[in-house]
Amino acid sequence: MNRLAPSRATRWVVGILVGAFFVVPMLSTLLYTLRGGDGFSLVHWAALFDPAQARLYAPVWAGLGNSLLLAVVTVAIVLFLLAPTMVLVHLRFPRLRPGFEFLVLLPISIPAIVLVVGLAPIYQQIGRMLGTGAWTLAFAYGITVLPFAYRAIQASVDAVDIRTLAEAARSLGAGWGAVLLRVIAPNLRSGLLAASLISVAVVLGEFTIASLLNRQVFQTALVVVKNTDGYAAAVFTLLALAFAFVLLIVIGLAGRARTGKAAS
Amino acid sequence: MTSPIPVRELPRTAENSLLAEAGSGTRVEFRGIVKDYGSTRVLHGLDLDIAPGEFVSLLGPSGCGKTTALRVLAGLEQANGGAVLLGGADVSDVPTNRRDIGMVFQSYSLFPHLRVLDNTAFGLRRRKVARAEAARRASDALALVGLDHLADRFPHELSGGQQQRVALARALVTEPRVLLLDEPLSALDAKVRVQLRDEIRRIQLRLGITTVFVTHDQEEALAVSDRIAVMSAGRIEQIGTPEELYLAPATPGVAAFVGLSSLVPGVGEGSTVRVWEWSLPVAAGAATGEVEVFLRPENVRLVASGGVEAVVQESTFLGSFRRTLVRTADGVLVRVQHPASERVEYDDRVRIAVDPEPVSVRPHP
Repeated sequence: MNRLAPSRATRWVVGILVGAFFVVPMLSTLLYTLRGGDGFSLVHWAALFDPAQARLYAPVWAGLGNSLLLAVVTVAIVLFLLAPTMVLVHLRFPRLRPGFEFLVLLPISIPAIVLVVGLAPIYQQIGRMLGTGAWTLAFAYGITVLPFAYRAIQASVDAVDIRTLAEAARSLGAGWGAVLLRVIAPNLRSGLLAASLISVAVVLGEFTIASLLNRQVFQTALVVVKNTDGYAAAVFTLLALAFAFVLLIVIGLAGRARTGKAAS
Repeated sequence: MTSPIPVRELPRTAENSLLAEAGSGTRVEFRGIVKDYGSTRVLHGLDLDIAPGEFVSLLGPSGCGKTTALRVLAGLEQANGGAVLLGGADVSDVPTNRRDIGMVFQSYSLFPHLRVLDNTAFGLRRRKVARAEAARRASDALALVGLDHLADRFPHELSGGQQQRVALARALVTEPRVLLLDEPLSALDAKVRVQLRDEIRRIQLRLGITTVFVTHDQEEALAVSDRIAVMSAGRIEQIGTPEELYLAPATPGVAAFVGLSSLVPGVGEGSTVRVWEWSLPVAAGAATGEVEVFLRPENVRLVASGGVEAVVQESTFLGSFRRTLVRTADGVLVRVQHPASERVEYDDRVRIAVDPEPVSVRPHP
């Protein structure tokens, strides 16, 4: 074992402290939602599906629907616009890569509230041309997820010699469509999956842009509901966290399946 | 050289669809190919005519333009001038996927997500060959390279040599008009390299497919080619059979690159050159004044008396013969090839003699 590695006890202490940092608030929230009557009850969880209270929670369901639609469109932007562009830059314009990378990572350093200042006039135009449907927010989300999706995909691009694979496929008679779909995409699978799942997580957690552009999404709806029913907001928050947690596990498994295959 | 290399027999013609349909090859022509990368010209009007079914190697040091020439032929690079002709038709503007070529790359290029059989059938499937028929022909192609038993493996489960064999099968299965080999052996270890090299040549002869082989290894090129084009700085210095290049190199560059030579001082006397006490015929052109002479090790002998006195610097045992580096009294280093039975050691005093074989010369620098 590495002599510089911390002792077993130290590792446990650090693990427990860090774990507590995450678990305590979540556990508190969970206990809060289970409060009711004299002891614990599931009354607040059951209320979400109570037809009598449907009107109260309607904004959350509508927001969730919008958010899921946005997630789908955003993932489509990542898969059909960002990924092919990255492949194109890698294969045909490698000298553009530093500039491209800078541009794509930029959104991470720009606060959402600053983005909105720029986006607001653009969305006036978009509203005129494409209407104010919830899905149009995906254009903005497509920008906010860029840094995360880019990193995930680039890791896969760097791991595979896609230039040689593409040339081999071309020499065997494949057109560019077949090269992308049958050769490059399958070999970027884990990166594309990770990018998609991260994008879904980012979209479901986004509040600032939607709120400032007056769109109803999951997070904005939670705030609305919180004002009338704090329990419901807490329940939805827990569900959202659980969903994100599952996504992370799926990303981890996808990554592991990949490395496991390469190592064998 | 040390332990025997097994020679694998090719399948019988009647049992293999590829062999049964072996053709007579396609003519390949480079006409004045010019290629620039930015402001650097890497090909200066390359002209090369390859006969149907011929195996031609492009040989040269790295950066001489040999790979670029191959990539222009494949359509992976666009030439800035000139034309590439396949079977007499100009294909300069035809994209790679429509040129009907087969190509094996230096780096492993099998598709990692596909099994060996699906990798091999890839080109057929792109040509709309039905799945079952494609699998049958892919299997035949794998039999040709002796790997039909590995059809269900993934590329990462194969050794480097096996991967390059599959790549060869994959390139041949579509029965392309020309086979392009871009240093396919350079990532392999020495023994596999010789084995696969000879196998490529045997398969090529059986299929009769026109083949262009890019390599920087002169031994490889000498071993398998019908003709070799020695390239340097974007031009072909000489093209000829391996024997022509070795015995009568047209330029000092070719003499230096093909085979092993010692550079010794000489005095040009027209069609002959004087080296120590011997007068040697000049292979190409004429020599006057002070020149440098390329001496092949096999044309220098150790002699008991006469000749030139020298001191042994090092001596290497190479199986059936020995190669010894000696320093003459006037300080010239000469390589001598002699029977292994003539054992010499460091610092031994020996005498050398030069056979009157044709030599290449270059002006004294």
